[in-house]
Amino acid sequence: MKAAVGGYARARDLRHALELLAQTNGMGRVLAGGQSLVAALNMRLTTGDVLVDISALSECRGVVEDGDTLRIGALTRHAEIGRDPLIAAHAPLLAEATTHIAHAAIRNRGTIGGAIAHADPAAEFPACALALGAVMHVEGLAGAREIPAADFFRDTFETALEEGEILAAITIPKAEPDEVQVIEEVARRSGDYALAGLCLVRRAAGHRVSLFSTGPKPMLATGAMAALDAGDVEGAIAALKGEIDPPSDTQASGAYRRHLAGVLLRRAVARIEGGTR
Amino acid sequence: MTIQFGNPDRPNSYIGKTVPRPNAPRLVQGRGRFVDDVALPRMAHVAFVRSPYAHARIGTIDAGAAKAVKGVLRVFTGADLAEVCTPWVAVLAHLKGLKSPPQHAIAIERACWVGEPVAAVVATTRAAAEEAASLVEVDYEALPVVTDMMSALDETTPVIHPDLGDNLAFRRLHEEGDVEGAFAGAHTVVSARFRTARHTGVTLEPRSILVDWNPAEGQMVAWHATQAPHMMQTVFAKHLDIPESRVRVICGDVGGSYGIKVHVYPDEVATAAIAKVMGRPVKFVADRLESFTTDIHARDHVIDARLAVDEAGKILAMDVDDWTGIGPYSVYPRTSAIEGNQVVNLCGGPYDFANYRARTTVVFQNKTPTCQYRAVGHPIAVAITEGLVDMAAAELGIDPVEMRRRNVYPDDAYPVTSPAKMRFEGLSHQASLDKLVALMDYEALRKDQAEARARGVHRGIGIASFIELTNPSPFMYGIGGARISAQDGCTVRMDPDGSVVALSGVTEQGQGTEAMLAQIVAEGVGVTPDKVRIVTGDTQVTPYGGGTWASRGAGIGGEAALQASRALRDSILEVAAAMLQSEPGRLDIRAGAIVDPETGEERLSLEELGRIVYFRGDTLPKGLPRELVQTRHFITSDYPFAFTNGVQASYLEVDVETGVVTLLKHWCVEDCGRIINPQLVDEQIRGGIVQGLGGALYEEIHYDEDGQLINGSMADYLVPMAAEMPDMIVGHVETPTKESLLGAKGAGEAGTAGAPAAVMNAINDALRPLGARVTEMPFTPERILRALGKIEG
Repeated sequence: MKAAVGGYARARDLRHALELLAQTNGMGRVLAGGQSLVAALNMRLTTGDVLVDISALSECRGVVEDGDTLRIGALTRHAEIGRDPLIAAHAPLLAEATTHIAHAAIRNRGTIGGAIAHADPAAEFPACALALGAVMHVEGLAGAREIPAADFFRDTFETALEEGEILAAITIPKAEPDEVQVIEEVARRSGDYALAGLCLVRRAAGHRVSLFSTGPKPMLATGAMAALDAGDVEGAIAALKGEIDPPSDTQASGAYRRHLAGVLLRRAVARIEGGTR
Repeated sequence: MTIQFGNPDRPNSYIGKTVPRPNAPRLVQGRGRFVDDVALPRMAHVAFVRSPYAHARIGTIDAGAAKAVKGVLRVFTGADLAEVCTPWVAVLAHLKGLKSPPQHAIAIERACWVGEPVAAVVATTRAAAEEAASLVEVDYEALPVVTDMMSALDETTPVIHPDLGDNLAFRRLHEEGDVEGAFAGAHTVVSARFRTARHTGVTLEPRSILVDWNPAEGQMVAWHATQAPHMMQTVFAKHLDIPESRVRVICGDVGGSYGIKVHVYPDEVATAAIAKVMGRPVKFVADRLESFTTDIHARDHVIDARLAVDEAGKILAMDVDDWTGIGPYSVYPRTSAIEGNQVVNLCGGPYDFANYRARTTVVFQNKTPTCQYRAVGHPIAVAITEGLVDMAAAELGIDPVEMRRRNVYPDDAYPVTSPAKMRFEGLSHQASLDKLVALMDYEALRKDQAEARARGVHRGIGIASFIELTNPSPFMYGIGGARISAQDGCTVRMDPDGSVVALSGVTEQGQGTEAMLAQIVAEGVGVTPDKVRIVTGDTQVTPYGGGTWASRGAGIGGEAALQASRALRDSILEVAAAMLQSEPGRLDIRAGAIVDPETGEERLSLEELGRIVYFRGDTLPKGLPRELVQTRHFITSDYPFAFTNGVQASYLEVDVETGVVTLLKHWCVEDCGRIINPQLVDEQIRGGIVQGLGGALYEEIHYDEDGQLINGSMADYLVPMAAEMPDMIVGHVETPTKESLLGAKGAGEAGTAGAPAAVMNAINDALRPLGARVTEMPFTPERILRALGKIEG
């Protein structure tokens, strides 16, 4: 099928991108790595979009230290996240997540900002952002905003981004010295979207468990987190199964996904406890 | 005339060796010429408006907005095309009782599946045609939908084609011996319901066709990604009222076919009809989404089957009740009854037993039509048979390998006729099984399995013996009235420079047909393969033939090439003998030169012989035959089919918490008769295994109850990918067919035939200690966990 695009413009810098977006009468669509958007265009799931290509915006690319946080430019590609030494040292969850994301060709083009702004409920990075307590740095002509991950994801493909805004960067608190971060998922094939996936972070303040592909958006399993803080793994699994209502599709039923979430939590806990996996 | 195949050091010994593929550089350098690479002056593009309903009455069609789109040339409805294109009915006389309604290139009055063409939009670009197609307003009235095959014949189920009386397309019952008596007296009876999922072929290159009609010549030329150019020539001629001689089908590079591209598709015939009406070239290339709803589907079967054995595990009787749903039409011209018919023909195939009953019931439904796809019916029959054999072995406590040893036809038993009335010329089940057991080190694997189990890791070994039908005679289609050639021909000529050109009726689909032909011709004539050019896929140029399907290219087309090459060799030697004042029997052709066979000394180059024949024929004796072009045809006649055999094994691990299956290793020992190119055969086996593994673990087309296909994309319909594929060890036994000098049988489908059964048996071997069993493919993580009783709700 041939895409039916309303127009295309390549932004020079962030300000230019915002101005271009403002001129599109609501038809503007930010093109970053294009790994979800171009497929959707080519399936005519969306037509008439005016593409504002931000891929040349060097100020939105790369990982830097910023005090107790890492600042990750939205255009940093999955493959770059996977091999970045700062990420490996301070946010190992993101590095491990890239090993589950699609295939090399997609990781070489797809961007972390694109993945988070697209907010696919089955994607890894949104759930990672949630588990790590990331903050989204959003730019607009009206000014900049900072949105905590917990407030960012609204529904399937829906975020707190307003019309005309662009996600510019993500900041993530650096891992504490004793912090452990793991991601577990099961997919039908290597690189497929997960049937269910789970991020587990243990830091001084307590456990954080986020889930993906178990509902309309990535979610924190607060009941499971509390049970883990209390040292009750079985209770955490039971709580987890109770606080999700996964969807059914052609790959798996909601009941299977619920079962799988419990298995993944048990495996993640075993890993951070230095267990068999 | 003999060739010392057993001597690898014989002159020109290319048959049996891995010779580089002559067309590989072209393909890897992106210099292939697929249909979509062809652009003609004044070429237009067609896009189809497709039914969004599984069953609907078609009311008014308003193309006003569509015609206003820039670049749109014309919009066609079914009624428009019916004026220039007659409908077809896909039945064959030898499939008694098969019925199917007339099918039009574009639906008239009713659409019967989601994706059926309802209108066509022609424009100067594909984008404009698509844009306009989305603006065609069709007034549909939804009609009751039939989706479930098992209730399709119930009295309360609507009849899709009232003129046919019911939803039964075809039913065949075959019975041999005393089945009921054997079951009644058996020591052990095992039974199960098996399910194989609806698949499609997913070719890399989608279906593609470009048709030009030149009214000044009264000739139609179709560039077509097809397996059977001559069959399509007949189809276009017949339904578009053009003399057969005035239709030329050209088939260049094809990006995989697997049976998908051997059928008549309404949108492709519509493209030809539109080209004729408009008098200009029209191109249609299916996109991936419409491929899922319009390429043929296959393998949608539910089978209840049982097996009776005595206390020693000897098979006494088998009873199979097979059901399949084929969509609303039998597919032209091969029909959609063949797959069920094959299940009846092939169940129990490797085994020596007497009492057999099998019935297939083929019903209409409102889904994409099904038809022949790689290894037609084989994966189903092998899964049923091997699943039951393993169940019986487990019941009796007999090792699965031993169980097969006790039941396969002995290698010295041939020729034999099976209880399904299949005639086997010569098979090697025992030798193949022996080789497999050695290759996989069966005992060591069992030890590894036991050690893993002690660690709580659940591994399983699955074995699957199989037979495969290849080299079909006219008994497959011709006797039923279809103009589908079982014969194939090859013309081989020597040009003045001593090079050789071979024109063959079999076609290249990417699998290496041209490499296989080149090495046969090189050996047959006595030149190096680089001196051979192969031409395939042009009905105006090559000898008439059937094309590529049912694993016939090497066995039929290869033999024709060998016979033609040997005839050319004889012609060359006759001229050479006159020039050298010798006798043909005292000369040989080796590496492009006439030599003394005793010493190997060169007497005359072919180039010099060519110079004399073509430019100085005056120096040769008057009346000396100098026919450096020879054509031969080949058809099998002793047996309806050349059966091959083999056995596969799978070793895998089941994660009993997630249900995920990890394939650890896969083995296949097969016997395709004479191997022409070992690497090409191995890759056919491996590629076939991958497609079989896809069926076992991943591939399944899903419909909802309204007949909507709900996973029609590469993200949702899962094909096997490299990361999940295990190492595959391929071994061979060679039992050449005596029907031909070449002795080759087919190799293209054996991998697909046996792999799903091997995986099923391995999973069940892993699950058996846990009391679980799966028989419904694909074996998804969820199905495995449900069998283990681990999912609530």
